[in-house]
Order: sequence, then structure tokens, then C-alpha cells
Amino acid sequence: MIGELIKILKITVLTSKNSKEIAKKPWKLNSIRQTVTFASSSSPVTTTTTSVSPPQSQILTTRRSLLSGEITASEIAKSYLSRIRLTESHLKCFLHVSDNVLKYAQEIDQRIAKGEELGPLAGVLIGVKDNICTEGMPSTAGSRILEHYRPPFDATAIKKIKELGGIVVGKTNMDEFGMGSTTEASAFQVTANPWDLNRVPGGSSGGSAAAVAARQCMVSLGSDTGGSVRQPASFCGVVGLKPTYGRVSRFGLMAYASSLDVIGCFGSTVADAGMLLHAISGYDRFDSTSSKQEVPEFQSQFLPMDLFESKPLKGVRVGLIRETLEEGVDSGVRSVTQEAASHLEALGCVLTEVSLPSFSLGLPAYYVIASSESSSNLSRYDGVRYGNQVMADELNKLYECSRGEGFGGEVKMRILMGTYALSAGYYDAYYKRAQQVRTLIRKDFKAALEQNDILISPAAPSAAYKIGEKKDDPLAMYAGDIMTVNVNLAGLPAIVLPCGLVEGGPLGLPVGLQMIGAAFDEEKLLKVGHIFEQTLKGSSFVPPLLPNVA
Amino acid sequence: MSTTLFRTIQPNQFTLLGTALFRRRRRSNFSVRCCGTQTTTTHEAKQPSQSRIAPKNHGSNKLDEILRDYEAVIGIETHVQLSTFTKAFCSCPNNYGSHPNTSICPVCMGLPGALPVLNSKVVEFGVRLGLALNCDLSLKSKFDRKQYFYPDLPKGYQISQFDIPIASGGYVDVDIPLEFGGGHRRFGITRVHMEEDAGKLLHSDTGDYSQVDLNRAGVPLLEIVSEPDMRSGIEAAEYASEMQRIVRYLGVSNGNMQEGSLRCDVNISIRPIGQAEFGTKVEIKNLNAFSAISRAIDFEISRQALLYNQGQADQIVSETRLWEEGAQKSVTMRKKEGLADYRYFPEPDLPEVILTQDYVDSIRSSLPELPEAKRRRYEAMGLGMQDVLFLANDVSVAEFFDAVIGKGAEVKLAANWIMSDIAAYLKNEDLSINDVKLTPQELAELIAAIKDGTISGKIGKQILFELLAKGGTVQGMIKAKDLVQITDPAEIEKMVLKVVSENPKQLEQYRNGRTKLEGYFAGQVMKMSKGKANPGLLNKILLEKLNAKD
Ligand SMILES: [Zn+2]
Repeated sequence: MIGELIKILKITVLTSKNSKEIAKKPWKLNSIRQTVTFASSSSPVTTTTTSVSPPQSQILTTRRSLLSGEITASEIAKSYLSRIRLTESHLKCFLHVSDNVLKYAQEIDQRIAKGEELGPLAGVLIGVKDNICTEGMPSTAGSRILEHYRPPFDATAIKKIKELGGIVVGKTNMDEFGMGSTTEASAFQVTANPWDLNRVPGGSSGGSAAAVAARQCMVSLGSDTGGSVRQPASFCGVVGLKPTYGRVSRFGLMAYASSLDVIGCFGSTVADAGMLLHAISGYDRFDSTSSKQEVPEFQSQFLPMDLFESKPLKGVRVGLIRETLEEGVDSGVRSVTQEAASHLEALGCVLTEVSLPSFSLGLPAYYVIASSESSSNLSRYDGVRYGNQVMADELNKLYECSRGEGFGGEVKMRILMGTYALSAGYYDAYYKRAQQVRTLIRKDFKAALEQNDILISPAAPSAAYKIGEKKDDPLAMYAGDIMTVNVNLAGLPAIVLPCGLVEGGPLGLPVGLQMIGAAFDEEKLLKVGHIFEQTLKGSSFVPPLLPNVA
Repeated sequence: MSTTLFRTIQPNQFTLLGTALFRRRRRSNFSVRCCGTQTTTTHEAKQPSQSRIAPKNHGSNKLDEILRDYEAVIGIETHVQLSTFTKAFCSCPNNYGSHPNTSICPVCMGLPGALPVLNSKVVEFGVRLGLALNCDLSLKSKFDRKQYFYPDLPKGYQISQFDIPIASGGYVDVDIPLEFGGGHRRFGITRVHMEEDAGKLLHSDTGDYSQVDLNRAGVPLLEIVSEPDMRSGIEAAEYASEMQRIVRYLGVSNGNMQEGSLRCDVNISIRPIGQAEFGTKVEIKNLNAFSAISRAIDFEISRQALLYNQGQADQIVSETRLWEEGAQKSVTMRKKEGLADYRYFPEPDLPEVILTQDYVDSIRSSLPELPEAKRRRYEAMGLGMQDVLFLANDVSVAEFFDAVIGKGAEVKLAANWIMSDIAAYLKNEDLSINDVKLTPQELAELIAAIKDGTISGKIGKQILFELLAKGGTVQGMIKAKDLVQITDPAEIEKMVLKVVSENPKQLEQYRNGRTKLEGYFAGQVMKMSKGKANPGLLNKILLEKLNAKD
């Protein structure tokens, strides 16, 4: 099975053979008009059909409201907590909700009352993917083997967020150790997509994406090894930002594939994702792979719309990656992507089509590298020092049972694949070859990004699919990662933002546009993304949520 | 489980492991119940820090005859624990003998999300040792993961160096002590690489559970692999003791075998003389003294030669044998079935190790004089090989000796004082030369004072022991105790006459032919002078008086 799988991954150009055409034609965006109010009312989410205004940054709005005294941090926190209470039984975004949210909110209110300085994230409610260590809070990476595990330290990203006044709302659901694209591979629960409860939120950061989409928190952290932030962002209609490898410290991120893993950000606006990224970026002496590259002040990019020029993106060279719109990509997704490209043109961008010849090689190379590294990274879960341990009379039995019972099927499969790929006699054919492909992909991207400021593609070949639809067909699921894995192999930054809807669910399903930038040029992605978002007609990607709740 | 263990990190937030399995023995340990077949290192009784090699001691002449037909091929892997302040990849203190699990952190415990950060001292020490062993340095090397499961290995892999070690292709020169035939040998060094140590398993007395102490986990090591250039136990032991001298000279390790700071694993095969291909290689572990290395090898050579001789060469199998010091024999620890596959791959959490030529040059220029250079220099000074080996053996002794002769003392006299009276004193008092109050300056003064006749050799010895124990200066002591030698012939003559006149009976006997009584008279005069009379003058004058005709 393993050999077969690798063989198939190796030689076939992957197409999503199983994915049904979810939509035939894109929906007209301006036919959907909803907003969500955030007052601390008993009915926290109201769907109305008022006029559409561009989405507002939650972080900036919160800050303004707190400073003006319009609302207190406690009131904000209470409204979010009550929304979590009302929606969580349907969505199951969180594996753990913190008991201290109100306490921290009150502390912020006290600071305000005393006229003390407020951090830029003061009162901002943040969901955190469960593979990011939070001191004293369960951190399981969605795995039984870490059930009840509470780390003794905060990840560097969390430490920074807390220092800036952010409040961790809770830990969000995920595919076990990040291995999956649907969040169905969580050992604990299946998260639903707020746009359609029968559909997956994507993965592996499905909980973080769905929680932001459902306004259970303002922003959230995910991790992206092969698309785990961008694909769920697309499925849930939120902004997902994958920074350059090395931009954010991985210290405290439970490793899946160390050379690919990055912590990424979700927000309901580009500005929120960008400000959250700014908060967690920078060199960390606890992560030798973190970069000393300077972190620019992103906030200046988030101008209000009335300050935009008529062609605000004039001269920005945008390359549409040809290979991402070929066979295997849903026609609805294709149309929405084309429209998004036209929108960029309307904003003044110079649009060309670019080809990345190595594009189709990325997926098998990714699965070989990710599996190999994960087989090693997950060795520490041996039941000896922490986590799930199964009683046994001898050592090998202890390992076998602790790991056998602690890990889920997908994880075991990838450990086996990785162990195989690193074995003597196979290393050159798999791991080494995959690294060569990686070099090729890096080169192709570099060339394409010399010709273009940014590259665009769909974030996924389809919109969100049904829960269970691809559960027994790992290859079809892996194929869904084709849009995103190359970016990880090249270590580049990318942002996914909702750009349209396709048919499906009660109100349609969101489709994300992926913008890829040069290494450490998140600033450009944020600038283009922000203008794109603010100028997109009728662009209010708020899920219908739950009729029986609202 | 381990309260103390986790107290250093965060006491109350750790998941407790199943108590049924993890029975606590001491509060600071955590335990793994595992099979009793696993073996760990047992430490032997204390031995002198640098014992001389014992001569071989194998039985009958018949065996000697058999041995004449075979040649042993011996290579040694030496693990040197570096004396850095902190561990290799975290900031835990690197100190031997701490209470179990008190020198640990998330990194060296392999907690989820923790990342290694290289201690630059490890690289520096690697370069120092590489240069001292005449190796080529890799200006660009890297770390790799060596993967296997064992409870003392927290991450499930050891960070090591695989295909690109920091240093390779060197050699070491040794002098074989005279009692073993003497002579100069050069042994090849295949490679030197950096890696981390594992923790320690402590097995319960009943054998039904084990405990893990992770204080040693992550302690930096340099592994030195020799070429299979040695042919006897003596050569191997001398190689190992040269390694100890070199690491001590360089200050990269304390080199203590009994603490496990210097560990030698021996690989040995034998072949009939004249045969080109190697025989089956056997590994011997648990060699905690140079004498053990020598004896274990001689034991193994005899064992294999006998098997060959009895036509049972097929019973020499690839295995690891454990030396039992008490029984003076080795026993099978485990058979090596096939090659272990450690699935090495590049460590993705650590960047490459890049050295500049300037850095290497600066370390090269800061290297101390090494044992081999010292021995050659001492030899050139005219010292005999026994003196040379003794003085160069211990870096502190060598430095002391160099300082003494630096103060102008005569080489041979300085060597004699250090090797006889001072060495005896150190041995009796169980001290090192750094512990005594005597300074090189004063030893040089003392030698000078005897040489110019200010004090007698006998007085010199008295002063020496006072200086060793209490310190002070030679001049001060001579003055305070009025120890200046009496060299005035008139004064000596007075004393001689007095003694002669007080012993008429002995004088008569002397003059009747019992000339041996001269010694009696000399002793009496010396006693009268409180040991200060110049012995030469005394004898001369005494003889004159004894033989004088009245
Ligand atoms: Zn440590």
C-alpha cells in the first residue's frame, strides 16, 4: 500500500479525479448581502440584508471602540463567548475554550480605566490551532497521543500575542498533527463548515478557519505545511496568510514537517491577518531557522478605501499560473478566479499568464518530504515522558501500544510512508529526489517572480466538499493540495482571500484566490490583498451560519 | 510521577502518566517498565584518573604459539563529552553528577514544539580537536538525525553528523611505553563529528521497571573514529590514552573515563597473517579504563584465535560484547543482525555549520602545544623516554615542568625532582600538581640553591615538603630556619675536631683499620651542624683529621 501510494504519487500528474463539479457557474456576488452585528445582545449573530460595505478590520475596530469607551473588553469577550456557546455544538471548532477569557478582558478594562498604555492587540480574541503550545492549556495537535497534555511553555508566537494584549480564546480543532485537508482526521471531533454544516471546513487548520468565519473569535493562528492555512481559508471564506518560511518562529509549534511548517494567520480581513502576522513575526533565538530579516510595519498598507486612487494597483505585475487552471480544477472555481483576475486588471494590474513547468512535480515531492520529516518528528511521541502511555510488559510493546493506540490512521500511514522513504536503499529514490524537485520548484518560482510582482491561482481545485466525501480516498484528498504545496516547498509567502462564491450550501460556497509573493515580501501581498478586498463588489463573506441558532 | 522533574519547568500543568505503569521510586525519576533484556552501562569501581597500561597476561605458551599466526585489526570509536558550560542544543547546565532530572528543559526532554539551538562552543571544540588530530576541516558541514527508539533518547533521534563530519582524514602519533617495547606509532583518524549524548536508564533492583535520567541528554559529544590501524591491546590502550591527553591539553573535556567523559568502543577482528581481507568484526563496549581496553582486546584476540585454531571460525559472529572487569572477560551483549538502519537525514531544525578560514586560523593559532610536540621537545632536551612520557602525560605536570625550566632550572634536575619527590608526595596525598602550594618559581629557586651550595640536598628535601604543604619561599625558609649551608672550612674543622676528640675509642678503632667508622664520624659532625655542613668539605676535613698523625 505504501509503496503503491508513493509510486502513484511519484509518477502520476495528479488530478482530482474524484472531485465532483460542485458548481457550474459562479454566483453573482451582489445578490448576497449580509452583515453581522457584534453587539452584546442575546442574539449575537443577525443576518440582515443591508447595504454592503467593505469588511472592516476587527482589530482596529476593537481598538477604536475600547479607546473611545464605546464598549468594554469584557462586553466584547462576553459576546464572543456567548456566540461560541450558541454555535459550538454545531460547528465544533474548538477542542478547548479558555476559562480565563473574561479575566484577561477585565484586566484590559482595568488598564483602560487607569489610563495605561494598551497593546496593539488589547482585547483581541484569538483562536489558536491546537498544535501551537499554550502554557497550561491543553495542546494536543488533535491527537489522542497528547490527550490532556498541557505544555509548560508558550510558543513564541503566543508569547508575543500575550505581550501585545491579545487574549487566547481557546484551542481549535485540526487534523491530527496537521495531516489532512478536512479536519476530519482530528482524533476528537469533526468540525463543520459555517457555510454549510454538511461540508468540511478544510484543513488541517479547519477549526481556526471556521471559528473566524463564524465570528467565534476575531482572528486565529493556524499552521501551514502544505496549504493548511490557505485551503481552509478558501473553504470558509476568510483570509488566510502563510508567511515566508522563517518569518515566524516555529518554537512551540508541534513539528509536522520542519522544513515546510510555518505558523499562519486567519482574519476576516486582510488587515487583521496582516496585523496578526506583524505581531508574531521576527527572529527568535529559540528557532535557528527563523529569519533576521526586518519586519516592515504592515499597517501603513491598510489605507481606508476613500484614500484609494482610481487605479490603486497601477503597474503591479500579476502572473496567473497557467497550470492551476487546467483540468481537474472545478469550472466554477476557474470562473471565479478569472473574474478575480479581471478585477485586479480593473485595479490597474498588468495581468499575464505564467507557466511553472515543475508545478505538477510538487505534490509527490511534498508528500515524500513531509512524510519523511514527520516520521522523524513524531518519534518523540513514544509514551515515555508524556502523553498517552499504554501499560506493557516490555519496551517494544510499550512503544507499539502507546503509538498504535495514540495515533490515528492517517498519521500512521504518513509515518510508514516517511519511514519507507528514508530507509536505506530508498533514500536516493525518494527523499533525495524530492529535494531535487524542490530545488527545481524554487527556481521556477524565482524566475516567475522576477517577471511578476505576485502570482495568482485558486487556493484549491474546488470549494468545500461534503464531510466524508474524500475520507476513504486519500489520493483524491492529497490532490486537493496541488495549489498550495509548491509554495511551501519554495518557502514563499502567500495569502488567500475570498473572491467569489460558487453554488452549494444554503447561500453558496466561498472560493479563495491565492496570491504568492517573493520571499519576505508579505507587505506587497497585503497591499494588493487589501485593495482587492476593499474594492470587491458586494464583498461581504459572512456565512449564513446556523438558522436554528440565529 | 516526577514532581521534581517537572518542577524545573512547570509543576502543576503536566499530564500525569498512568501510575500503574509508572511506579515512582524516587520522586525525581520517571520510570519505564520494560523488558529486562535491555542492558545499560554499569560503572566500574573508581580507578586512577590516568592509570598506566598493564602488561598482557595470557596464559599458556601454547596460546602464544597460536597467536603468532594471527594478526588483529583494531579500530576505536571514542566519545568525548565536552566540558561546555551548557548542553549542545539548549541552555541547561552541563554538569556531571546532578540529582536525576534536575538539569533538563523542554528542548532536551524532547517536548512537543521545542527546537534545538546549537551551542557555538561545540563547534569551537570540534574545530580544536579536529586540528589537534591533524584533520581536514569541513568549512561547510551539517547536522543529521540518527533515528532509533530507546527510552533514554527523548526525541527518538540523536542529532549527529552523518555524511559530512566537521573534521576528517587526520592522524595521531603515540609513543609506546618502554615496558611494552617502546617505539613510535602513527594511527589514522577517519573522522571527528559533533553529536549529542543520550540520557541514562537506571534499572530497578528487581528488574521489573526502569527509570530515565535525562540530565545527560543533549550533552555535547565529539565522536572520534580511528582507522583500523592498531594491532594489539597495548597499541589500542595507548591510542586511547593519547586521546585523553589531547582532550585534556586542549581543555575540551575532562577526559574522565569513570565519569563516562571519555568512552571507547573497540572494533576488533583477527585474520591469519598474510590474509588480505578482514575477519568478522566484533565490538567491545564498557571499557572504563585503559587497562580494560588492553585486556579486553587481548582476551578477544585469544578468543577468536582459539576459535580459528579449532576450526570454529564460523562462531566468530558480528556482535557487541560487554567487558566484565570483575571476571576479566567479555560476554555477548547483542548479536548484530543485518545492518542497523538509522534512516539518517539532514536535521531540518538546524542550519548548516559554516566555518570561515579566519575562524579556523584563529583557533589554530590558539592551540596549545600538544602532547606529541611536547614529547619531541623534551626528547630534544636530552631527557630519557621514561622521563619524557611521564612529564608529558599530564598537562598540568608538563606545564609545571615547563615553568620550572622556564625559570632557569636545569632540565634533568627539574625532571628528577618532579618525578621522584613531588610525584611521591602527590601520590601519598592524593593530590594533583595544581593543588600544591609549591610554585614553579620556588622549585627553580630550590634547585638553584642546592646547586650553588647554599643548602644541602638533604635540607633541600625538607624545604621541598614544607613548600608543597605550606607554600612560602626558599629564601624565606632558609633565613627563618637558618638553614644556610656551612661552607667555612674553619667552622667545619672546629666541629670535626670536637667530634674526633669526644670519640677517642672510635678513633682508635678507625686508626686500627676500621675505616668504615668514617661514616659514624661524618654523621656526628652533620648532626652537630644540624645538617648544614657542606658534605664535601666535611668529608675532606674529616678524613684529614682522622688520618692525621698526632
Ligand atoms: Zn535542556
